[in-house]
Formats: sequence, structure tokens, C-alpha cells
Amino acid sequence: MSIDIKNLTHVYMPNTPFESTAIKNINWTVKNGEFWGLIGHTGSGKSTLIQHLNGLLKPTSGEILIDGKSLGGKRSSLKAIRQKVGLVFQYPEHQLFEETVEQDVAFGPKNMGLSQDEIIKRVKEAMELVGLSYKEVKSKSPFELSGGQMRRVAIAGVLAMKPQILILDEPTAGLDPRGRDEILEEIVDLKQKQNLTIILVSHSMEDVAKLVDKLAVMYRGEIVSQGTPREIFRDYKGLVEKGLGIPQITELMIKLKEKGKNVSQDILTVNEAKAEIMRLVRGKSLA
Amino acid sequence: MKIAAEIVALDVHYQYAGGNSLALENINLKIKPGEFVAIIGPNGSGKSTLAKLFNGLFAPTKGDILVDGLNTKNKDDIWEIRRKAGMVFQNPDNQIVATIVEEDVAFGPENLGIPSEQIRRRIKEALRIVELTDFADKAPHLLSGGQKQRVAIAGILAMKPDCIILDEPTAMLDPVGRKEVITTVKKLNQDEGKTIVLITHFMEEAVQADRVLVMEKGQVVMEGRPTEIFSQVEKLKKLGLDVPQVTELAFQLRTAEIPVRYDILTVEEMVDYLCQLI
Repeated sequence: MSIDIKNLTHVYMPNTPFESTAIKNINWTVKNGEFWGLIGHTGSGKSTLIQHLNGLLKPTSGEILIDGKSLGGKRSSLKAIRQKVGLVFQYPEHQLFEETVEQDVAFGPKNMGLSQDEIIKRVKEAMELVGLSYKEVKSKSPFELSGGQMRRVAIAGVLAMKPQILILDEPTAGLDPRGRDEILEEIVDLKQKQNLTIILVSHSMEDVAKLVDKLAVMYRGEIVSQGTPREIFRDYKGLVEKGLGIPQITELMIKLKEKGKNVSQDILTVNEAKAEIMRLVRGKSLA
Repeated sequence: MKIAAEIVALDVHYQYAGGNSLALENINLKIKPGEFVAIIGPNGSGKSTLAKLFNGLFAPTKGDILVDGLNTKNKDDIWEIRRKAGMVFQNPDNQIVATIVEEDVAFGPENLGIPSEQIRRRIKEALRIVELTDFADKAPHLLSGGQKQRVAIAGILAMKPDCIILDEPTAMLDPVGRKEVITTVKKLNQDEGKTIVLITHFMEEAVQADRVLVMEKGQVVMEGRPTEIFSQVEKLKKLGLDVPQVTELAFQLRTAEIPVRYDILTVEEMVDYLCQLI
């Protein structure tokens, strides 16, 4: 499924002394099957923007098209959209509430009015997709799981509705490095297996550099640039001015270049950096 | 005048009410006055529990915690302990109580019953240290995440603590906000002489400490200077932890038989090294 955002503006509490424009004049196209990263300083409007994509917020002006169809209008269409566009909030484990993991993951499909067999099938699938063993975990209380596992349960609850677009708002915040890597690997895996369209909101430049096809940069309520991670991370100074940064490894290579070393500045991962340095080491030993 | 406090844990065990296993087991450690200690470890390893024991939010099930010689089990000392060892938490929005920055910073000292003249001096001093003097009369919700977290730190500073414990203070911040907070923390340690305990999942932050404690399953399993800890890349990965990208690169280059020194932890150090190599 594709997303087309046209001239989207959202004003909170309009016509009151508290009026504030959270996002303005957003134009953004996400094509079917693309994997996007959305980065921006705290308060730049990322969460406001993504809450429009499944109709939780309505545009003050502008339009959102999901697969060419305008979002907004009747209640029934919103319900359908929320099944197709799955939104995983920040700290989604705070929204777990059922007595067992199985019941929690089943909550969405149940509300869709699916048959009992279909519900169980989907719960199983969704749990396996996020790396939770259905047999071992289904009867546990979500609250006796670790932070990383709780977060997986919450993501499984969204996946059980079989969305075609998955939006994750900082899915790794507060997780330890292993928990972070596991969740990110599962997201990549999901994308490949299910051909999902994915939007990943993140404060980790290292993570988006490794994972996404394209990046959108938000600053003070606007999308100020779009491109591949390589294109975006070339502008180190501009990103820092916008509250952001570049991966540590990219910074290293840019600083080497500034010292007059003949290295590529388009380096995004440790492996690429290693290859580049090895190339230079060999070159030097041959010279 | 002594400004920094030491924290001592003696044979500390902790079990949550209703929990069926120990959250902390046999912790013995000493954090020296003026030291900057980082604590890393997987989720659920007991880092936050330990932090809450340090300022008396929890009392050990067994063993003792001494803050500047005061035992956290002694109810009469608990307020003095909490003043001495201030805590900063993950979410800045949950820590801000007032609608104006300087009123927020005043909240702690007001509760200590300090005369208003003195409170005003303390607010000024605290905001100067966190570099938010120009924001004294602003509304906190208009600040960036990093600025909000610095307001929270100023609120702690206004209580004149000897030690500041920060529990994942940068987890919710953008990259520049993270840098601001860590720069502030280093300044508190180096210029103001405060003892610092920093809990973090960001290894680039932990490398800045004097000493790193690694926790796993309620115990301290590794301990040493950052260079000693982060050179053990494989061991850390086994624990579910990570190393900064620069350290990872050093490790990778060593596997390719390039003799990168083990004490390289920052971008600047690596740039200097590579400039000699290539």
C-alpha cells in the first residue's frame, strides 16, 4: 500500500490562546513496499504526523491518500484503514492490559469480528513473527515478561490485524543493545516476508543508517529533506543544527577526510569503514 | 568543604515483594567521592533497582547501603540521604512539575524549607551550571527534550546534592539532546565535583566515565576503566551489550591483523591513530 500526503498541516487547539502549529505543509509520498526512516528533534512533529496516517488525528488542512483513497470521512472507512495501517506507539508495552499474552494479542483480531479459528491462527503467526514462542508464552501474564518481550507482545498485537503498512514510533527506545538488535532484525524480516510498507521513527542514526531505504528529516514541523541515508548523512552540520547527528562511524570517516585522507565519506556501517580502511592500508603497503 | 559523597554497598540483596527471585544479589561496591561511574547491563539486570537503593527509594532486603556514612535503612536519615543523592529519570516530561522553568527548579529547595532569598540564589546558580539562564522565565513545554532534561538536573542541583544518579537520562532524547545532557553531566563531575552514577544503554556515553560497572542478573559481573571493559568486545556481546562503533571498528581491524591499540574509544582517538596508519 502507498501513502500520499499533500500539504498537510495540523494545528492543535486552534482559536485558543494555546494554539500551536505542530506540522505544516507536509508533502510526502511513501510507495508500496518501501522502508522509510523518519528522523527529527524531539517536538519536531513526528508523532503528530504519523497519527494522521491511520486517522487518529484529522488534518487541519491538506489531504492524506492511502492507496489513492482519501482518508477522512465516514467512521466505517476509518475502521478499515486502522486495520490496514498498523501503528506501534512509543513504549507500546504500557498499553498491554489483558491477563494473558494470547488474549492481549487477540484483542485486535477479536474486534475485527473474525472467527475463533482465524483469531488463534493470527495470534500464533503474529507471535512467531516477533520471535515469541506461542506455546511457551501464550498463557503468561504480559507483565511477568522482560521489557523486550513485552514490547514484542505489543507489536504482535498490531501484526495480528495483518496491516499492510506498519508504522513504528521509536520501537527500540529504552531497550538494551541485544533487545534493540533483535527487534530491528524482526522488522527487517517482516518486511521481506510480508512485503510490508514500513515507516520507522527513530532517534538512532546508527539504526536508520543500517536499515532503511529512504529517510525523511523533520525540523520544526516540516519535512526539510528526503533521500537515501547516504544522501542525508552527507550534511553533518545541517543535521546537527536540526538536533540530529550522523552515525559515529560516518563521523569518523568525515573527520579522516578533513585530515586529508583519501577516504569515502559515504560510509554508513562499520563493515564499510573496515573495507575502506583495508583498501588504504593495502594501497600504502604496495606503494 | 567536602562536596562529593561516597556510596558504599555492603553485601546487598534485594527482592521485590511477591518476586520469586532476587533482583540484586550480593552487591559489594564503593563509589568514591567525586567519581564518575557508569552502569551498563541488559534490561532486567538490576541497574535501576540498584539506583533506587542508592538514594533510599528502596531499602535492601539484606545488607546495607551507606551514603556518606548514612545508612538508607535508618528512617531518620532518609531525607538527608535523598538530598545528598539526587535522582534524574528517563522521561523529562514526568519530572517537570511547574509551568515556569525557575519555579520548577525551586520546587525541591522549597520543600526543604529553605528561605526564599537563598532559593533565588540557588536557582540562579543551578540554571547557570546547566546553561539555561536565559530560559528562567520560559514555559518548560516549549523547551527541547535535552533542555527539559537539563531543567530536571537543575532542579536536583538546587537541592545541593553531593551525588547525582541518572537513570537512562538520554533514552528519549534526540542526538543533540543526548550530547547536551552528557556534556552537562561531565561538567557536574569535573567542574562542580559531584559524584556521578550514570545508568545507560548508550555505550558512547559509558566510555566517558572514570569506571564502568557491568551488571547481569542482579550481580556486578565486570568492573573497570572504560578501556578495560570495552576492549572485551566478545564478552560484552555475549552479555547482550554492545560497544561504540569506533571500538567495533578497532576490533574488526584487529581481526584483520591490523594492530589497533586497545585503549581507543572515541572518534578523535581513532582519527589520530588512523592518520598514522594510512
